Amino acid sequence: MSTLAAVVLFTGVIAYAVLGGADYGAGFWDLTAGGARRGRRPRHLVDETLAPVWEANHVWLIFCLVMLWTGFPTAFAAIMTTLHVPLGLAALGIVLRGSGFAFRKVMVRTDQQRVTGAAFALSSVLVPYFLGAVAGGIASGRVPPGGRGDPLTSWWNPTSVLGGVLAVLVCAYTAAVFLTAEARRHGDAELEVWFRRRSLATAAVTGAVALAGLFVLRADAPRLLDGLLSRGLPLVVLSGACGLAALLVLRRAAPRLLQALAVGAVAAVVAGWGVAQYPYLLGTHTTIAAAAAPEPTLWALTVVAAVALAVVVPATALLFVLAQRGGLDASH
Amino acid sequence: MTGATQVVGVLAADPEQLLPARQMMAFTLGFHIVLVPFGVAFTAMMLIANWRGLRRDDEQALVLARRWSQVAGVLFAVGAVSGTVLSFELGLLWPGLMGRFGAAFGIPFAVEGLFFFLEAIFVAIYIYGWRRMRPWPHFWTGVPVVLSGIGGTSSVVAANAWMNRPAGFTLDADGRVVDVRPLDVLFTDAFGYEAVHMLLAAYMVAGFTIAGVYAVGMLRGRRDRLHRLGLVIPLTVAAIATPVQVVVGDVAAREVFQQEPAKFAMIEALTETDTRVPEVLGGVLVDGELRYGLEVPLGASLLAGLDPDTEIQGLDAIPAEYRPADRLVNTVHIAFQVMVGIGTALLALSAWYAWLWWRRRRQPDRVPDNPWFLRCVAVSGVLAVIALEAGWVVTEVGRQPWIVVGHLRTAEAVTTSGNVWLFYGATVALYAALGVGTFFVLRLLRRRWREGSDTTGEDAPGGEGDVPYGPSRARTDAPA
Repeated sequence: MSTLAAVVLFTGVIAYAVLGGADYGAGFWDLTAGGARRGRRPRHLVDETLAPVWEANHVWLIFCLVMLWTGFPTAFAAIMTTLHVPLGLAALGIVLRGSGFAFRKVMVRTDQQRVTGAAFALSSVLVPYFLGAVAGGIASGRVPPGGRGDPLTSWWNPTSVLGGVLAVLVCAYTAAVFLTAEARRHGDAELEVWFRRRSLATAAVTGAVALAGLFVLRADAPRLLDGLLSRGLPLVVLSGACGLAALLVLRRAAPRLLQALAVGAVAAVVAGWGVAQYPYLLGTHTTIAAAAAPEPTLWALTVVAAVALAVVVPATALLFVLAQRGGLDASH
Repeated sequence: MTGATQVVGVLAADPEQLLPARQMMAFTLGFHIVLVPFGVAFTAMMLIANWRGLRRDDEQALVLARRWSQVAGVLFAVGAVSGTVLSFELGLLWPGLMGRFGAAFGIPFAVEGLFFFLEAIFVAIYIYGWRRMRPWPHFWTGVPVVLSGIGGTSSVVAANAWMNRPAGFTLDADGRVVDVRPLDVLFTDAFGYEAVHMLLAAYMVAGFTIAGVYAVGMLRGRRDRLHRLGLVIPLTVAAIATPVQVVVGDVAAREVFQQEPAKFAMIEALTETDTRVPEVLGGVLVDGELRYGLEVPLGASLLAGLDPDTEIQGLDAIPAEYRPADRLVNTVHIAFQVMVGIGTALLALSAWYAWLWWRRRRQPDRVPDNPWFLRCVAVSGVLAVIALEAGWVVTEVGRQPWIVVGHLRTAEAVTTSGNVWLFYGATVALYAALGVGTFFVLRLLRRRWREGSDTTGEDAPGGEGDVPYGPSRARTDAPA
């Protein structure tokens, strides 16, 4: 039962990594798009693509938090009392990002757009870094079962830095592929090339960092690496394969296929982390079963998750379809 | 385990994080709660305008609905992110609560998450769908927003009700939660009256605030149909909600008297258990004595039990180690009276509105434009917000020193790690910017609407169709 709850929780993590991650990555491209004139068109595409979906995608984070504190309350308290610095910064960053984005849509003057846009874009890079660092701290066993671990080294350590950097890169990669597909939907060849180049570049950098990361993990979190290269190996390979395939077909493939491949690459690597860590929830010292809430609570969560599956997923699909169809309309 | 239980009777010094943690929670919740009515109730008014526009082929009502959806979009975004901060704070500030009781306390939030999902999705579809969907299907995509707003608010209130009347769990000898009955957690004894009270409050706050905005416009001479409609729709909703709220509030107070005697003693600032208790209007506790108040003989006993001989528990009935300090009692006492006072004033305003409406029944335009009435409506929104905050202070401060009544003291639940003052300071600075930004953006929208005529410039950036989030055609069509 506790494993089922953990699967539900981790599904939420994957969904947030893919959907929320793509939105954060879009902020990365917004940040690096250059001056007001040069960056105008990529920013418009980011605006248009993100606008209708970012709040729905953001709810996955709430879903994860709620699943964690209800299903695994002691682990939640342990994480929060240890990693309070990056989590607090992430919370404030989320405020800055969401409000910056919503405000920018209303602004028309360039200087106002610049301030709100900078708030949105800068925090879009910081938040995934901190969340990745949190994941690194948990995965490398720096959260003691009773909480109150080291307030600094729990997130400022090799695995956390790797986690943070990878999170930013993966978000940027997913977003670049998504936006390439989106530009193709709009029939905007120039913008498509702009994002295609960035997809290739981030893919190369992400791949290199991931490979270098293997050595970091060998030194810093050998048991995590062990899990990744044994039980998690198929998923790691799948992730790499999806990532490469997306690059190979970047020029020609249908937008939907491209997006599916990018989703596959991210989902597989996050799932790989989960599988590598199984049966532990925190590092290699607190098992899922030991941290789990009483059974009736887990049942209640499973029912909620099932309802979410039945209601939220179709509704999200409807939103995405409408959003994409709207995008098509806009190009005519 | 976090939050090791203190030996009863020994008052450990409060942890240094308690004060900033409570301040921060109060500040962020106080900020967020003002946005709630706009996500929950304002969207209903927006749908009423939309429905009217479609049903009666009323172009102005549609313009109103579209503008309101823009405002709701901005406020919903701010509410979504400030709500997220609250989720983080539950863990960052109160790990002792979440670690020990998360298995029970978390369940209402799981349900709330579901409603929040639906709300976020359909808000986006509704706002984004103005020109993309056929009118009636578009209208119907707004209905789940209103319903999930009601569901989400009820779920969060269920969590609060559980803190006041914890139920649905079994503890072992070490105080650990070993069994949970999810339905009992969700539907505690306090759930019914708290949820209805909060929902009605949301409809009142949104109604009076929006009506107040249009009343100000009318006072400044903008008496077009748009302003009249913008006044009448929210004011009617609020005026219907207010009398119901007065009845519900009365029931709630009696429930609190029955079920939360300690809170009721704080509300009445009653030091000693007694019968034939007077209702003291105003007044503060100084050295254990209620001074400077206006006494209504037998009032409290009559209100609580409909009988002058009703016995009301005083603060002396609370064991000394859990007895709240005088300043907390004063806060609750005053906050309660502020809430009730404003509620009564708003009831009078609603009655005035009904009377004006009836008196103008033979006139072609029944919208009241009496300047004194409009002035009262203009301030009613501010008053309603104050009453909302005051009511929330009553339920939260009135629970102290407990975070989970009878099981966990607030001081035991608070975090012991990190510098909370620093986090609090950063949050205040950020929220100040957020508040100013929201205000600025709403003013920007207003100026734009005022400058542009109602139907032209629809797709231009900042025009009617250029919703704050939702792609706009003009931006793509325009050469870069």
